[in-house]
Amino acid sequence: MTTKKMAIIATKGTLDMAYPPFILASTAAALGYEVQIFFTFYGLQLLRKDLSGVMISPLANPAMPMPVPMPVMVQMLPGMESMATMMMKQKLKKHGVASLEELRDLCLEADVKFIACQMTVDLFEFDKSEFIDNVEYGGATMFMGFAGDTDVCLFV
Amino acid sequence: MNFDKEFDASGLNCPLPIIKTKKSLTDMESGKVLKVIATDCGAVKDMQAFADQTGNKLLSSTEEGGKYIFFMQKK
Repeated sequence: MTTKKMAIIATKGTLDMAYPPFILASTAAALGYEVQIFFTFYGLQLLRKDLSGVMISPLANPAMPMPVPMPVMVQMLPGMESMATMMMKQKLKKHGVASLEELRDLCLEADVKFIACQMTVDLFEFDKSEFIDNVEYGGATMFMGFAGDTDVCLFV
Repeated sequence: MNFDKEFDASGLNCPLPIIKTKKSLTDMESGKVLKVIATDCGAVKDMQAFADQTGNKLLSSTEEGGKYIFFMQKK
Protein backbone atom coordinates (compact mmCIF):
# COMPACT_ATOMS: atom_id res chain seq x y z
CA MET A 1 0.00 0.00 0.00
CA THR A 2 1.46 3.38 -0.93
CA THR A 3 1.60 6.03 1.77
CA LYS A 4 -1.15 8.61 1.53
CA LYS A 5 -0.14 12.26 1.62
CA MET A 6 -1.71 15.47 2.88
CA ALA A 7 -0.64 19.06 2.42
CA ILE A 8 -2.03 22.04 4.35
CA ILE A 9 -1.47 25.73 3.72
CA ALA A 10 -1.81 27.63 7.02
CA THR A 11 -2.34 31.34 6.45
CA LYS A 12 -4.02 32.51 9.68
CA GLY A 13 -2.44 33.35 13.01
CA THR A 14 -5.38 33.57 15.40
CA LEU A 15 -6.11 31.02 18.12
CA ASP A 16 -9.27 29.65 16.47
CA MET A 17 -7.66 29.32 13.06
CA ALA A 18 -4.51 27.75 14.48
CA TYR A 19 -6.34 24.62 15.59
CA PRO A 20 -7.55 23.11 12.27
CA PRO A 21 -4.11 22.72 10.65
CA PHE A 22 -2.53 21.18 13.76
CA ILE A 23 -5.52 18.91 14.51
CA LEU A 24 -5.79 17.63 10.94
CA ALA A 25 -2.04 17.22 10.55
CA SER A 26 -1.57 15.29 13.81
CA THR A 27 -4.61 13.10 13.10
CA ALA A 28 -3.57 12.35 9.53
CA ALA A 29 -0.09 11.46 10.75
CA ALA A 30 -1.65 9.06 13.27
CA LEU A 31 -3.52 7.44 10.38
CA GLY A 32 -0.26 6.92 8.56
CA TYR A 33 -0.27 9.90 6.20
CA GLU A 34 2.88 11.76 5.24
CA VAL A 35 2.04 15.39 6.06
CA GLN A 36 3.48 18.80 5.27
CA ILE A 37 2.21 22.18 6.44
CA PHE A 38 3.20 25.29 4.52
CA PHE A 39 3.02 28.34 6.81
CA THR A 40 2.65 31.67 5.07
CA PHE A 41 1.57 35.22 5.96
CA TYR A 42 -0.03 35.25 9.43
CA GLY A 43 0.26 31.48 9.69
CA LEU A 44 3.96 32.06 10.40
CA GLN A 45 2.98 33.14 13.91
CA LEU A 46 2.18 29.50 14.64
CA LEU A 47 5.87 28.62 14.30
CA ARG A 48 7.01 30.91 17.11
CA LYS A 49 8.70 29.25 20.08
CA ASP A 50 6.38 31.31 22.26
CA LEU A 51 2.75 30.92 21.21
CA SER A 52 1.33 33.18 23.93
CA GLY A 53 0.84 35.93 21.34
CA VAL A 54 -1.65 33.79 19.40
CA MET A 55 -4.97 35.32 20.39
CA ILE A 56 -8.64 35.40 19.49
CA SER A 57 -10.72 38.53 19.05
CA PRO A 58 -14.48 38.92 19.26
CA LEU A 59 -14.12 41.98 17.00
CA ALA A 60 -15.46 41.48 13.49
CA ASN A 61 -16.38 37.96 14.57
CA PRO A 62 -20.15 38.02 15.14
CA ALA A 63 -20.26 34.21 15.15
CA MET A 64 -18.19 33.96 18.34
CA PRO A 65 -20.43 32.80 21.21
CA MET A 66 -20.29 35.31 24.08
CA PRO A 67 -21.40 34.74 27.68
CA VAL A 68 -23.35 38.00 27.50
CA PRO A 69 -24.31 40.02 24.42
CA MET A 70 -21.57 42.56 23.86
CA PRO A 71 -21.80 45.62 21.64
CA VAL A 72 -18.89 46.19 19.25
CA MET A 73 -18.11 49.47 21.05
CA VAL A 74 -17.34 47.43 24.18
CA GLN A 75 -15.41 44.73 22.32
CA MET A 76 -12.91 47.30 21.08
CA LEU A 77 -11.89 48.41 24.57
CA PRO A 78 -8.28 47.75 25.64
CA GLY A 79 -7.82 44.33 27.22
CA MET A 80 -10.86 42.74 25.61
CA GLU A 81 -8.74 40.65 23.25
CA SER A 82 -6.62 39.28 26.11
CA MET A 83 -9.77 38.55 28.09
CA ALA A 84 -11.44 36.73 25.18
CA THR A 85 -8.24 34.72 24.65
CA MET A 86 -8.00 33.80 28.31
CA MET A 87 -11.65 32.71 28.38
CA MET A 88 -11.25 30.66 25.22
CA LYS A 89 -8.16 28.91 26.59
CA GLN A 90 -10.01 28.09 29.83
CA LYS A 91 -12.88 26.68 27.79
CA LEU A 92 -10.54 24.54 25.68
CA LYS A 93 -8.86 23.20 28.80
CA LYS A 94 -12.16 22.46 30.52
CA HIS A 95 -13.29 20.39 27.55
CA GLY A 96 -10.06 18.40 27.38
CA VAL A 97 -8.94 19.97 24.10
CA ALA A 98 -5.17 19.98 23.68
CA SER A 99 -3.24 23.25 23.76
CA LEU A 100 -1.67 24.50 20.54
CA GLU A 101 1.77 23.74 21.95
CA GLU A 102 0.76 20.13 22.65
CA LEU A 103 -0.76 19.62 19.20
CA ARG A 104 2.26 21.17 17.53
CA ASP A 105 4.57 18.86 19.50
CA LEU A 106 2.43 15.86 18.52
CA CYS A 107 2.81 16.90 14.87
CA LEU A 108 6.58 17.13 15.18
CA GLU A 109 6.76 13.84 17.03
CA ALA A 110 4.83 12.22 14.16
CA ASP A 111 7.26 13.67 11.59
CA VAL A 112 4.89 16.26 10.14
CA LYS A 113 7.07 18.57 8.09
CA PHE A 114 6.78 22.31 8.71
CA ILE A 115 7.73 24.66 5.90
CA ALA A 116 7.89 28.40 6.43
CA CYS A 117 7.38 30.63 3.42
CA GLN A 118 10.69 32.41 2.93
CA MET A 119 9.09 35.32 1.08
CA THR A 120 6.69 36.22 3.92
CA VAL A 121 9.41 35.71 6.55
CA ASP A 122 11.40 38.37 4.67
CA LEU A 123 8.33 40.54 4.06
CA PHE A 124 7.47 40.81 7.75
CA GLU A 125 11.16 40.90 8.71
CA PHE A 126 10.70 38.04 11.12
CA ASP A 127 13.70 36.84 13.05
CA LYS A 128 14.16 33.12 12.39
CA SER A 129 15.59 32.66 15.88
CA GLU A 130 12.08 33.31 17.22
CA PHE A 131 10.79 30.25 15.36
CA ILE A 132 11.10 26.65 16.53
CA ASP A 133 14.05 24.71 15.14
CA ASN A 134 12.16 22.02 13.21
CA VAL A 135 11.26 24.33 10.33
CA GLU A 136 12.41 24.28 6.73
CA TYR A 137 12.34 27.45 4.69
CA GLY A 138 11.11 27.37 1.13
CA GLY A 139 8.83 28.78 -1.51
CA ALA A 140 5.70 27.94 -3.44
CA THR A 141 7.59 25.80 -5.94
CA MET A 142 9.10 23.65 -3.21
CA PHE A 143 5.65 23.22 -1.65
CA MET A 144 4.07 22.31 -4.99
CA GLY A 145 6.68 19.59 -5.41
CA PHE A 146 4.97 17.84 -2.50
CA ALA A 147 1.40 19.17 -2.86
CA GLY A 148 1.11 18.08 -6.50
CA ASP A 149 1.31 14.48 -5.41
CA THR A 150 -1.04 14.50 -2.40
CA ASP A 151 -4.38 12.85 -1.69
CA VAL A 152 -5.64 15.74 0.44
CA CYS A 153 -4.65 19.39 0.05
CA LEU A 154 -6.24 22.10 2.21
CA PHE A 155 -6.04 25.86 2.47
CA VAL A 156 -6.70 27.18 5.99
CA MET B 1 -12.52 -9.50 27.20
CA ASN B 2 -8.82 -10.17 27.63
CA PHE B 3 -6.39 -7.42 26.79
CA ASP B 4 -2.65 -6.85 26.92
CA LYS B 5 -2.50 -3.12 27.59
CA GLU B 6 -4.86 -0.38 28.71
CA PHE B 7 -5.00 3.30 27.80
CA ASP B 8 -7.31 5.66 29.66
CA ALA B 9 -8.25 8.66 27.49
CA SER B 10 -10.89 9.93 29.94
CA GLY B 11 -11.24 13.71 29.82
CA LEU B 12 -9.39 14.02 26.52
CA ASN B 13 -11.11 15.48 23.50
CA CYS B 14 -10.67 15.15 19.73
CA PRO B 15 -8.14 14.36 18.31
CA LEU B 16 -6.19 13.27 21.41
CA PRO B 17 -7.93 9.91 22.08
CA ILE B 18 -7.07 8.74 18.55
CA ILE B 19 -3.53 10.11 18.44
CA LYS B 20 -2.70 8.64 21.84
CA THR B 21 -4.34 5.31 20.95
CA LYS B 22 -2.07 5.17 17.93
CA LYS B 23 0.91 5.93 20.19
CA SER B 24 -0.13 3.20 22.62
CA LEU B 25 -0.31 0.69 19.77
CA THR B 26 3.14 1.59 18.46
CA ASP B 27 5.16 -0.54 20.86
CA MET B 28 2.72 -3.46 20.86
CA GLU B 29 3.17 -6.66 18.92
CA SER B 30 0.84 -7.70 16.12
CA GLY B 31 -2.28 -9.50 17.39
CA LYS B 32 -2.11 -7.96 20.90
CA VAL B 33 -5.18 -6.20 22.24
CA LEU B 34 -5.37 -2.65 23.57
CA LYS B 35 -8.24 -1.54 25.80
CA VAL B 36 -9.12 2.14 25.46
CA ILE B 37 -11.41 4.06 27.79
CA ALA B 38 -12.75 7.42 26.59
CA THR B 39 -15.31 10.00 27.66
CA ASP B 40 -15.46 11.87 24.34
CA CYS B 41 -18.59 10.64 22.53
CA GLY B 42 -16.95 11.60 19.22
CA ALA B 43 -14.43 8.82 19.84
CA VAL B 44 -17.06 6.18 19.01
CA LYS B 45 -17.12 7.02 15.31
CA ASP B 46 -13.47 8.09 15.26
CA MET B 47 -12.23 4.80 16.71
CA GLN B 48 -14.09 2.84 14.01
CA ALA B 49 -12.74 5.18 11.34
CA PHE B 50 -9.23 4.80 12.77
CA ALA B 51 -9.56 1.00 12.56
CA ASP B 52 -10.94 1.14 9.00
CA GLN B 53 -8.09 3.34 7.80
CA THR B 54 -5.18 1.73 9.59
CA GLY B 55 -6.09 -1.94 9.37
CA ASN B 56 -6.12 -2.42 13.15
CA LYS B 57 -9.19 -4.38 14.22
CA LEU B 58 -11.85 -2.87 16.49
CA LEU B 59 -13.01 -5.98 18.35
CA SER B 60 -15.68 -4.22 20.37
CA SER B 61 -17.10 -0.79 21.16
CA THR B 62 -19.42 -0.40 24.13
CA GLU B 63 -20.72 2.21 26.57
CA GLU B 64 -20.72 1.75 30.34
CA GLY B 65 -21.96 4.47 32.63
CA GLY B 66 -20.93 7.39 30.45
CA LYS B 67 -17.60 5.84 29.47
CA TYR B 68 -16.80 4.38 26.09
CA ILE B 69 -14.80 1.18 26.07
CA PHE B 70 -12.92 -0.06 23.02
CA PHE B 71 -10.86 -3.17 22.37
CA MET B 72 -8.45 -2.70 19.49
CA GLN B 73 -6.33 -5.52 18.09
CA LYS B 74 -3.06 -4.44 16.58
CA LYS B 75 -2.56 -5.25 12.90
